[in-house]
Amino acid sequence: MKNVKTIRLFQQKISFLLDVQAMKKLLVISFLTLAVFFLSASFGDSFINPLKVLQTIFGQGSDFDRLIIIDFRMPRIFIAMFAGMALAVAGAVLQGIIKNPLASPDIIGISAGGGAAVVGFLAIFSDSNHSLTVSIEWMPLAGFIGATVVGFFVYLFAWKDGVTPNRLVLIGISVSALMQAITTMLMIIGPIYQASEANKWITGSVKSADWNQVQIVVPLILILLLVTFFITRQLNVQELGDDTAAGLGQSVQKTRLYLILLCCCLVASAISFAGAIGFVGLMAPHIARRIVGSSFGVLVPTSAAIGALLVMIADIIGRTAFSPLEVPAGVFTAAIGAPYFIYLLFRNPNK
Amino acid sequence: MTESLLTKSLTLSYGDSNIIEDLNLSIPLNEITVLIGANGCGKSTLLRSIARLLKPKKGSVLLDGEDIFKLSTKQVAKNLSILPQAPVAPEGLTVLQLVKQGRFPYQSWRQQWTEKDEEIVLNALKATGTDHLQDRPVDELSGGQRQRAWIAMTLAQDTDIILLDEPTTYLDLTHQIEVLDLLFELNQQQKRTIIMVLHDINLACRYADHIITVRDRGVYRQGKPEEIMTTELVSHVFDLECQMTSDPIFGTPLCIPYGKGRNIS
Repeated sequence: MKNVKTIRLFQQKISFLLDVQAMKKLLVISFLTLAVFFLSASFGDSFINPLKVLQTIFGQGSDFDRLIIIDFRMPRIFIAMFAGMALAVAGAVLQGIIKNPLASPDIIGISAGGGAAVVGFLAIFSDSNHSLTVSIEWMPLAGFIGATVVGFFVYLFAWKDGVTPNRLVLIGISVSALMQAITTMLMIIGPIYQASEANKWITGSVKSADWNQVQIVVPLILILLLVTFFITRQLNVQELGDDTAAGLGQSVQKTRLYLILLCCCLVASAISFAGAIGFVGLMAPHIARRIVGSSFGVLVPTSAAIGALLVMIADIIGRTAFSPLEVPAGVFTAAIGAPYFIYLLFRNPNK
Repeated sequence: MTESLLTKSLTLSYGDSNIIEDLNLSIPLNEITVLIGANGCGKSTLLRSIARLLKPKKGSVLLDGEDIFKLSTKQVAKNLSILPQAPVAPEGLTVLQLVKQGRFPYQSWRQQWTEKDEEIVLNALKATGTDHLQDRPVDELSGGQRQRAWIAMTLAQDTDIILLDEPTTYLDLTHQIEVLDLLFELNQQQKRTIIMVLHDINLACRYADHIITVRDRGVYRQGKPEEIMTTELVSHVFDLECQMTSDPIFGTPLCIPYGKGRNIS
């Protein structure tokens, strides 16, 4: 055994086997993510020197810089980072359940459910003057509920003496298509300004992030990520196939239900404020797998870091490339994601 | 130590059609038992049910006198392990990572690599001759090596009973012998009970201490290969006319099917 390190603490009450090389890679990626996090605050309508950004974050710097960095830029960076992590980890979990690198939360309909709910929310709560009868702040909640409810229904429809990965994908794709049809329908019959509002959400944008959102989303996602981290060994076993997993003593269906629930919660909390940023849940875990391998203990944190990187970079491009116009981050994740998906299809012709 | 493995009026079905009906069977321990029978006769189904992967319609599988469906999955997993047919490892998973999963029933989230885990996993790697492959991805190995890695995983589960569903499928003859030799050694040296489904009658006769032939929703006949394997049995179980002779090297029964082909004798 090269490259592995045994960790045993408290008379073996805690024991792990670490893949040293993978850990090193994870460390590098994490530092990169942190660097992009700080660097990201430099970009925007005006470029602010990264050193000045650091000074401002640690309490120095002018009031004007503080306003721009702390009040305007930091919330969206936080949302981008955590949404990216949550989507990536949800993708990793789903790929473990479905045992296919092409699986992602976009494909099994969770995100589309959130989209339909948001458009539905805008349609239902509009009066004849085309203005909302309730606060727009409820929109994320609608997205959250839509994503979880649709996720639940996909699971329910896929059930037939247990849920098999194949049925989950097939039902997911059809439910996803149905949700998109509903979304389009509602956008056409609904008021126009709301179509654009809804469209922004469906593509995925972190533009309107504020500190209140950060306070809700960050702790929620942190807890979910922590839960995921503690059940990685269940994922490792689940990915070996149903029979092997059952033979190893896992209650396969029960575990699968919990994992799908976890997945729905992760996606729902990510997209509630950031919108349905696409392809991150597909790309990030797949890239992570190629870097650190298939063991979920290190795959989950690596996916999280790469997801955060992807969304933060997409957001940096989104707010600088066509300045003063802002392009939603989801446009750029899709711009890289769609070709990546095709590349994956070509690479795995028989999967 | 496991003391008995029995089925009691076991009825298995998929949907409405019964595959196995009212079967009472006692599996001999510390021996190699091979299930044979025609395609679709229910031998794999029977194996799956003994491994708790399939819930019986009626009756039960008893492990030391207890219904395995009344035991927890983990409890069962500490007593018997199963290697399904043609298992697929996730892309990039290394042999060590795979074999380590065998310790799952003994672990908790904070205890994943105790000294005992390490010792048993290393022994499993050694016994299967995969220790030099442990850092290699499973999906890059040859068929025989890959199957040995999976067997190492079931060994790491440290159970008295190991079930295997057609462990030689998709392997060429060299690798079939490699895998069966390994299982034979495990039985000889470690006294593990091995129960497996095989397609090849002649290999079954060579390696099995006990053969169970499955036909018509039940067991047709069982016993030592040299005692039960006759032309009449092969004709009844497989609908195949053949001549039985004995293997020139091992002396075990050898089945030579009639049929067409070049005849140069």
